[in-house]
Amino acid sequence: MKPTTESFKQNVRVALHDPQLQRALAGLPTGLVANRAAARARLPEFEDLRDIGRDIKDHTLAHLDLYLEEYERKATAAGAHVHWAATAAEAREIILQICRDADAKVVTKGKSMISEEIGLNAALESAGIEVVETDLGEYLVQIRGETPSHIIAPAIHLTQEQVEADFRRLHKNLPPDRVLTEPAQLVGEARQVLREKFLAADVGITGANFLVAETGSSVIVTNEGNGDLTQSLARVHVVVASIEKVVPTREDVSAILRLLARSATGQEFSTYTTFSTGPRRPDDPDGPQAYHVVILDNGRSEMLGTAFREALRCIRCGACMNHCPVYGAIGGHAYGWVYPGPIGSVLTPSLIGVKQAADLPNASTFCGRCEQVCPMKIPLPKLMRHHREADFELGGPSLPYRIGLRTWAWFAQRPKLYHMAARLAAAALGAFGRRRGAFRRLPFAGDWTRHRDFPAPQGRTFQQLWAEHKAGALR
Amino acid sequence: MSSRDAILSKIRSQLGVKRDDAERRAIVEERLSSHRRHLTPGRVKGRNVEELLKLFRGFLEKESATVIEVDRKHDIPSAIANYLRTNNLPARIRVGGDAMLTQLPWGSEPHLEMLLGRAQPSDEVGLSHAAAAVAETGTLVLASGPDNPVTLNFLPENHIVVVEERDLVPSYEDAWDRIRARFGSDGMPRTVNFISGPSRTGDIGGRIVMGAHGPRRVCVIVVRNSDSAS
Repeated sequence: MKPTTESFKQNVRVALHDPQLQRALAGLPTGLVANRAAARARLPEFEDLRDIGRDIKDHTLAHLDLYLEEYERKATAAGAHVHWAATAAEAREIILQICRDADAKVVTKGKSMISEEIGLNAALESAGIEVVETDLGEYLVQIRGETPSHIIAPAIHLTQEQVEADFRRLHKNLPPDRVLTEPAQLVGEARQVLREKFLAADVGITGANFLVAETGSSVIVTNEGNGDLTQSLARVHVVVASIEKVVPTREDVSAILRLLARSATGQEFSTYTTFSTGPRRPDDPDGPQAYHVVILDNGRSEMLGTAFREALRCIRCGACMNHCPVYGAIGGHAYGWVYPGPIGSVLTPSLIGVKQAADLPNASTFCGRCEQVCPMKIPLPKLMRHHREADFELGGPSLPYRIGLRTWAWFAQRPKLYHMAARLAAAALGAFGRRRGAFRRLPFAGDWTRHRDFPAPQGRTFQQLWAEHKAGALR
Repeated sequence: MSSRDAILSKIRSQLGVKRDDAERRAIVEERLSSHRRHLTPGRVKGRNVEELLKLFRGFLEKESATVIEVDRKHDIPSAIANYLRTNNLPARIRVGGDAMLTQLPWGSEPHLEMLLGRAQPSDEVGLSHAAAAVAETGTLVLASGPDNPVTLNFLPENHIVVVEERDLVPSYEDAWDRIRARFGSDGMPRTVNFISGPSRTGDIGGRIVMGAHGPRRVCVIVVRNSDSAS
């Protein structure tokens, strides 16, 4: 996928003025966020499980080479073909070759963010293969020529009316006077259209939420069952998974699964969790005849030796973006690459380069909610701060910004001077702003006052008030 | 160097470890063979069968699944016939080679037509026998194979799943022990499906709709007394 991270500021402007998007995003707090809170409240062990989940992933990442080797050994023993791809291009080529060998005309796909990352659909289509996304949200995004705007709810930016219009435009062989006013009618139509594709598919491609080293299994988690039809009806099943998806045992994956659905949608458990091991067995009446797993690196091994190793614990639940005030305001597309929200602001610079994605780690208020809700306890704000530092060292920020930061740093390292300057500023602003209580315009703060008034300080600094408070308490 | 070796050696160099580090290997081998359990939820700890069944049932019903209890296996055919009638469904069901299911006294329901084998696109009702059922979230565990072909779980619009009470276990880890007992300590069938209700989606306007791609309806029949003869 070609990044648009460099036009982040422009992307944001577009998103903020998109009324459909704003209407769609307004449902986040009462939907996914409230559901997660309720699910967490129903499971008193939830916080302990977060520690356990973090420890499982940390242990696995510290022994990643060995678990990948064991996974490969077990998967191969079960009849899987395991492929390794260092880059996106390699992964595309491997999958394209599998499709060619299978003489594939139609390929169905379960939801896979990795396949977005490697630009798989475009590669298959340019080879003359029909690619059909089968997750309903992914299908909606595909027929519009868009990309997912959320990692678990790809079409969260679309309204029901937009879906109806698209279906009428695209499903031309259905009666034009059909009623499509209820979500159930739209889902029914998609079911009918996609059922044909499932049955026609030669190759089914899915991602993997986990790879289990103990058994050589790949795991997918869905609510629709589309991934299962994708991988059970086609002759060939291809799994594309990145290196950090591996976990040691079924006990380990079970512990993490207790966190995944609750963090993602607030369900007790997703409707379908499927463990796939090898192709169909000699006596099996169904299932794929061949089973391939493509293990992708694409920059992740590079992160292992750095502070960003912690980001590789991510299980792609989407909780960080659901709880992010920035994501809630601009949606997923503005982030400009595959992974939006706080985890995207950490992963994207790591995977495509700090220079190209410098705005992302800055698109955070550092309110810390993402870290609070992350089931894998990834310190997202800290990691974004590391990217900001790296960007500063590379000379990324503009000159006025750098001068401003250096000036502030100079003062911050001289506490007496800093307090004096702050007292002066607070007193002056307090005096000037006393009448209105706020400023319409302020020098050096034009970006702020263009959008909203700047509240006038009451004349004293926090430090002064704190000192008085302490003195009062001691008395 | 192959991509495989390049990736693995990159991982090792980033981790600062050597390929032949015996200590690391021992740690990994121990982890893989010990099947150590982590924390299991208190909601299923120390519960008797009645309490586990109540939990199991509650979670499934909350997800709009139907749960029917029968006393003996013998009662399954009539329970199925009743369910199909009540929901206005055709009296034709697809079932795999599962001996427990195929040897039921189907003669008591002469109108019920049984089709054997994997699911076909025209099938409206599939019937499966669960390998286990997990109380902690109301989850069915199905193991694929000639007895219970995987397509039965996803192609028909209606899925009826028979669970024997003795296969109802507290947590996922207990279900894995059942799978290990059946398929060997690291063995697995082609697919193990954990199913917690009917297929659903929230992708259109954020509203939950049942029957996205898999079954619209799931009916679970719990056999309370599996061991009694007819």
